[in-house]
Amino acid sequence: MSIDLSQFYEVFIDESFEGLEAMESELLNLEPGDVDSEIINTIFRAAHSIKGGSGTFGFMAIADFTHVLETLLDQIRNGERELESLHVDLLLKSVDCLRSMLNAIQNDEPQESEEAEELRKQFQAILDGKSHDETASDDGESSAGAEAENTNGGDVITIWDIKFAPEPHLFRTGNEPLFLFEDLQALGEITVTANFEKLPELTDLSAEDSYLSWNITLDSKATADNIKEVFEWVEDDAEIVIKKVAQIEDFDFGFDETEQTSTETAEDTTESQTEAPAAPETSASNVQPIKTEKPKAPSPAPAKSKPAEKSTTKSDSTSIRVGTDKIDSLINMVGELVITQAMLNELGEADEFDASKLTALREGLAQLSHNTRDLQESVMRIRMLPISFVFSRFPRLVRDISQKLDKQVELKLLGEQTELDKTVMEKISDPMVHLVRNSLDHGLESPDERIANGKGETGTVTLNAYHQGGNIIIEIIDDGRGLNTAKIKQKAIENGLIEADEELTDDEINELIFRPGFSTADAVSDLSGRGVGMDVVKRNINALNGTVEVSSVPGQGSTFTIRLPLTLAILDGQLVTVGQNVYIVPLVSIVESLQIDISKVNSVGGGLDVLRLRDEYIPIMRLYEMFGHEDAGKKLEDGLLVVVESDNEKVGLLVDDLLAQQQFVIKSLEANYKKVDGISGATILGDGSVSLIVDISGLIKLAGLKKAGRQGLDFSKPVSEAV
Amino acid sequence: MAMDQNATLADEPLNDLTGEQAELVQYLTFMMADEEYGIEILSVQEIRGWEPMTVIPNQPDYVKGVINLRGTVVPVIDLRLRFGLEKIDYSDLTVVVIVKVLINDNEKIMGIVVDAVSDVYNLDKDAASKAPEVGEVENKPFIDGLINVDEKMVVLLDLEKILDI
Amino acid sequence: MKKILAVDDSASMRQMVSFTLKKAGFDVTEAKDGQEALDIAKSSQFDVVISDVNMPVMDGITLVKNLRGLPQFKFTPILMLTTESGTDKKTEGKAAGATGWIVKPFNPEQLLAVIKKVIR
Repeated sequence: MSIDLSQFYEVFIDESFEGLEAMESELLNLEPGDVDSEIINTIFRAAHSIKGGSGTFGFMAIADFTHVLETLLDQIRNGERELESLHVDLLLKSVDCLRSMLNAIQNDEPQESEEAEELRKQFQAILDGKSHDETASDDGESSAGAEAENTNGGDVITIWDIKFAPEPHLFRTGNEPLFLFEDLQALGEITVTANFEKLPELTDLSAEDSYLSWNITLDSKATADNIKEVFEWVEDDAEIVIKKVAQIEDFDFGFDETEQTSTETAEDTTESQTEAPAAPETSASNVQPIKTEKPKAPSPAPAKSKPAEKSTTKSDSTSIRVGTDKIDSLINMVGELVITQAMLNELGEADEFDASKLTALREGLAQLSHNTRDLQESVMRIRMLPISFVFSRFPRLVRDISQKLDKQVELKLLGEQTELDKTVMEKISDPMVHLVRNSLDHGLESPDERIANGKGETGTVTLNAYHQGGNIIIEIIDDGRGLNTAKIKQKAIENGLIEADEELTDDEINELIFRPGFSTADAVSDLSGRGVGMDVVKRNINALNGTVEVSSVPGQGSTFTIRLPLTLAILDGQLVTVGQNVYIVPLVSIVESLQIDISKVNSVGGGLDVLRLRDEYIPIMRLYEMFGHEDAGKKLEDGLLVVVESDNEKVGLLVDDLLAQQQFVIKSLEANYKKVDGISGATILGDGSVSLIVDISGLIKLAGLKKAGRQGLDFSKPVSEAV
Repeated sequence: MAMDQNATLADEPLNDLTGEQAELVQYLTFMMADEEYGIEILSVQEIRGWEPMTVIPNQPDYVKGVINLRGTVVPVIDLRLRFGLEKIDYSDLTVVVIVKVLINDNEKIMGIVVDAVSDVYNLDKDAASKAPEVGEVENKPFIDGLINVDEKMVVLLDLEKILDI
Repeated sequence: MKKILAVDDSASMRQMVSFTLKKAGFDVTEAKDGQEALDIAKSSQFDVVISDVNMPVMDGITLVKNLRGLPQFKFTPILMLTTESGTDKKTEGKAAGATGWIVKPFNPEQLLAVIKKVIR
């Protein structure tokens, strides 16, 4: 039977990545010297599984590499060796190394790497340094899979006398003497004699015990080891004596195969005659007209399938692990949907339809829309994963970086169970890494500096995630020195981002770090440098329909706040009309909608009107003007103002009318066209027409109303002056 | 949409330079302002009638808007306006040819508005003259070549360039 | 059809074992750790049990001990899947009542060869 092992590769790789993740996080929990055996066990188990799987599926480079890891872990687990911090470091490096080896499998590349070899040597040095018998005996194991090689002991037929006297409990180990005899028979000719001596009286006989013993004569080319192998599983449960009685040299008659070689095998000759010509080229030493030739023996065409070295197909699809509870709820929903459908069907199939059925129909439709929404939510939930998937990489990152920087850092993770869409998760990881690196590098002070400033020498970086409305908020908080506004401002002036005499608030100055062409690092360090600036971080987050902000208190630390939609696929929106055109305004950005009290509108020049709303001034953006729709109502008092907020700025969108609020499946406009300013995407409405989704922050930018920019207007001041 | 099949010229010499082993490519041709234009038929996905569409704000006049093509949002480009030809009112004959093009390594599906679909020809692309001889200077970059069919001139278009907007 | 219970915390190994055995005509039930296997075993019967040794929740050795305590598993062949090289795990497994073992790594052919040692 041939089985294509490559079908299991993906599962193996997935679970190995998971194992490595577990290994990594447990390693970070380890305190050298104070070893929690449960932690070591978990780490050991992960390495052990990877080794077992990789060996089985033919990834020998990984199997060989994990072998040394496993040996070391086993020694630590058994208390034969103290855990040292060097071990933890090496093991962490191994986790990385194994990750790249697994990646290599995915990419159909060779898994061997110098890094792995280097690490393997270091482990071996540790293992050799304190030599254990274990290591020596372990080496034999890697070849354990290659059994069945030497079943033919040689060219000598031996007559063996074997005594097999099992203990009474033999059956309770699940072993069966008959099978053992059959295995021996495969080695050669056997004669079995049973010995009933120990058989008790019937009254004393326990059906569960074994009382018999046997004497077996075996004529075979097999070696003592081959025979022992047959009894391998029962050697502790039986008295086994294997004795060599006689040996018959196997003379090679070479040219005349049919000639009888010994009297003992005379009766077999006829059989072997048919066999011998089948493999004439094995000639010389091996031509042995005797029946004990095992079917397993080396044959001209080796049938042993070599574990496939490269996967036949590499699927690009990524998989997602879903909790069964989510699947169950999905199944429940579908169940309800089927019931609703049955009910509607019944209505539809009725011979006549009158007004009396209308209520039932309405109910059915209401139920259907309820079912659909539930189903949609359940399906979306499948894509939702706890943010711990992203958080989990940070303990390691923080450990490595703080070591490099010689800083003492405590990492706090909060809200790890907060869920967000898998796609968003994959894309937010890199910007977060960058922000954390930045906090460690620029935010946190060295221990000396901290002490000098009256702080504890250990700095804290906190990652906090929580839901707010339809968004997930991720905060990266450090208790370091805070942003240096003077320095930022100076840099911005040097780089031509602002004019030297520009008046900016601290918040506005801090926002400058997200502008393209800005870099605060005096010397571009290995860590924050990397050619990626905060502007890229911001751009990546914006691309996810998210925002990033920074707030900072000098001497006390900085907080970066990332705000992201929970999912990229569905949007809660408000339909608005502008003339004949229907647009969607994301519900999350809507603060309120109101009719305009014309007496509270002031013109501030440059064609800009502001509405005084309580104690705020809201600039009015006429959508028809911005979007160039001539057919819309143009008077402020005829329309409605949708007050929206983005990037801490509030503006009012003048629209003709508000229609329904509902959820929309977001369709990309860029897929077949391109990015359109002021539009974030499209959706398809119930009537099949396309409607565009308004991009609030893009719109504000489009209107040139962006704060903190030279070309923009600052409402906080000019407006109050103007009124 | 009816396509006249009888004018297939597969086995007629297309012009003097045609070799026996010429590789023939199928072209769909359509009419605009009395000119016949051809695009490779392999890029054509389907042909639809004109329908009202959703306007995309602040786009060039030749971008007519987006339509819903079985759940995909597809932009529609008016080829007359793209070529700077005179604008005409859309009629029953006005068609939208849905094409699949590779723009900057991204496969995009777009619609082009033309006056009417004309014909399908098997043409030898190599036989087309590269540079337009007269006029059309403005649209020269959009033109792949000119070819004579039945004593008519067909302008072969470079859709990738036309739709890279 | 002979019934086999395959126990391994590694999904890939479990799938490989299960697939191989199913293809060879066995009726295979899977469990991802000793506890799950034991829960399944309590209410059913198998012709062979194949179990990994190192597993979370309940390891293979404990599983064997517990299985041998169930009347219907008194004589059932139980094979341990092990990468343990030292003899101690095998001895431990044997002492707990295991029938025999298969050393990882193994290929499908080797797995079937070992299965044939306990059921025919």
